[in-house]
Amino acid sequence: MNPTHGAGRRPAILTKTLCRESGRFRYAKVGTVSTLERDPTEDMVRVLDEDGGVVGDVPDLDNDELVEMYRQMKLARHFDERAVSLNRQGRMGTYPPLSGQEGAQIGSAMAMADDDWMIPSYREHAAALVRGQGLTETLRYWMGDERGDSPGEGTNVFTVAVPIASQIPHATGMAWAEKLQSDGDHGAFLCYFGDGATSEGDFHEGLNFAGVFDTPNVFFCNNNQWAISVPRERQTASDTLAQKAQAYGFEGVQVDGMDPLAVYSVTREALQKARDPDEEQPRPTMIEAVQYRFGAHTTADDPSVYRTDEEEERWRAKDPIPRLESYLQSQGVLDDDRIEAIQASVEDEVADAIDEAEATADPDPQSMFDHVYAEQTPELREQAERFAQLREKHGDDAFQIE
Amino acid sequence: MSTQTPDTEATQSLTLVQAVRDGLATEMQRDEDVVVMGEDVGKNGGVFRATEGLYDEFGEERVIDTPLAESGIVGTAVGMAAMGMKPVAECQFSGFMYPGFDQIVSHMPRLRTRSRGRYTCPMVLRAPFGGGIRAPEHHSESKEAFYAHEAGLKVAIPSTPYDTKGMLTAAIRDPDPVVFLEPKLIYRAFRGDVPEEPYEVPLGEAAIRREGTDVSVFTYGAMTRPTLDAAEELADDGIDAEVVDLRSVSPLDRESIVESFQKTGRACVVHEAPKTGGLAGEITATLQEEALLYQEAPIQRVTGYDVPYPLYALEDYYMPNEARVAEGIRDAVEF
Repeated sequence: MNPTHGAGRRPAILTKTLCRESGRFRYAKVGTVSTLERDPTEDMVRVLDEDGGVVGDVPDLDNDELVEMYRQMKLARHFDERAVSLNRQGRMGTYPPLSGQEGAQIGSAMAMADDDWMIPSYREHAAALVRGQGLTETLRYWMGDERGDSPGEGTNVFTVAVPIASQIPHATGMAWAEKLQSDGDHGAFLCYFGDGATSEGDFHEGLNFAGVFDTPNVFFCNNNQWAISVPRERQTASDTLAQKAQAYGFEGVQVDGMDPLAVYSVTREALQKARDPDEEQPRPTMIEAVQYRFGAHTTADDPSVYRTDEEEERWRAKDPIPRLESYLQSQGVLDDDRIEAIQASVEDEVADAIDEAEATADPDPQSMFDHVYAEQTPELREQAERFAQLREKHGDDAFQIE
Repeated sequence: MSTQTPDTEATQSLTLVQAVRDGLATEMQRDEDVVVMGEDVGKNGGVFRATEGLYDEFGEERVIDTPLAESGIVGTAVGMAAMGMKPVAECQFSGFMYPGFDQIVSHMPRLRTRSRGRYTCPMVLRAPFGGGIRAPEHHSESKEAFYAHEAGLKVAIPSTPYDTKGMLTAAIRDPDPVVFLEPKLIYRAFRGDVPEEPYEVPLGEAAIRREGTDVSVFTYGAMTRPTLDAAEELADDGIDAEVVDLRSVSPLDRESIVESFQKTGRACVVHEAPKTGGLAGEITATLQEEALLYQEAPIQRVTGYDVPYPLYALEDYYMPNEARVAEGIRDAVEF
């Protein structure tokens, strides 16, 4: 990459992006301001400002739903903090934290209907929670147990995808299958990925197929500004990630990803369009939810190497939880007692999940040979038998990696 | 080595590539979840005509011309399969599978195990493979070992029109993902009787193409023909070779391999893929493990060389042929 091609040195070029609120194109300068420096609440869909004040159309959610949204976010935050701490204490393996991203995950997941599908990357524990995936299962997965990645029948959650962007073509194929197999009445398929994923070939191929075959997809980019240590502006010279959708023949929209109400509104509309578009309207949409991960990429990462405290503080001021909390307080939906009660209940829920996850025995070592094929091959059967004999002879303690 | 015989005895005389087409057509008639997808598979009927006429018979929603993107083809097929469809995806040449390699090795075979059986990937990935047709660079390689190395995949390589339809039918009906490699050198080299009705030739079962007592020759795909020719040539010199067509390289029919070797005590393995890391090494090791005390001579490997596949001016020298196979068999017998 040409080092002079960084942020701030490019000539100002006007590009147009589609404004979801007005349906009109908006012209913006490219590359004159770093994404990280730019105010994320400018030029994108939002409902709440940083203080929880209303600046857009509040979605049609009743008080119970609003409180549930808040509670889920509190639950996800507390879960995340405890999960990081479990890792620090050696009680759980590498874990990818999500703090700061609750608004995007829970706002979007709550917008989904029961028969919609969610195709995650590997950081969407909060969204999966909304879909009914248990915290215990999520913990088990990060404790190295594949049974934690076997989502229940009704959740319509797909498996975790670790290779970046590789789940995007799956989401397109799943939506395509649903469209081909149904008689027009079908769910929508929401696929999560990060800002780094938009540089991968599978992002292009997945969205391109979706545009060509008009599949019922919502491509939801959790742009948290950093792909491990590489900043958003090193991923692309595009002004926004959302505008990439235009090249595939459908809409892209930027939303304040730390504003759960804005995320909810945009996602709900995109899902509805995927299921039942108007004449001439393409089904797929790409949503770029602009946000920030407060923590590390994973527990194996140290973000202080590549970003500053000042930057983190600037984004912490946009924390989705106090924003929604302030709004709900201002509406008289939440008071201090209720907030305290919710905090106590989420702490209990997480503590119970941790207890259950830690009390769950590791999978039977022999189960490693299960589910490779529908029917075990003769060779695999032999290997499994030999393995059983060795365990019998030497005991399982002999199998611990030193 | 059983085959499930069809209900009626009506047969047709087809080439191998016509048998591919026929296998696709009969399964598509039987099961509406079967769709064919890939580059030029629709209106064009495939660059080798493997999908000829299917577009007209089944329409554009079941015979799908996709954008030119292998990862997109394989990746969307994985998603379709996870939702209960039976996609038969095509990569136009096996040399172009690599842009889809991550999907082929990271997702196709792992969906079942990753989700503990909650999601499965019952898809077929077809590709013409192998050399000998005077093609440009990247159109002639044999890289079946890549896919055989991947747990969760099955890898099938037919050598006759009959097996092609039967194995493709079995692959489409298989609950697990199958990489179906079609030896394009013999796409039109000869015809064979192929039943009109659907039938299965089970995956993972070898076929003895020539019975013999002196030496076992293991091969598959396009190499079956020169191997059989070499066996006939050597018969004139009193060498009675048994030729075993493996048909599937994953799972390997180790039982048939070992059984044949126990009878002959000598073996030669023939494939056009390069020697190092090829299936011949796996077969040789299996014989060492299972039948060492029957062994009377070093096991010979007649393979492609460990060089990038040459452009076609030299491919005649790269590909194992009757003379090289006969030499290998002699080395095994005359040790």
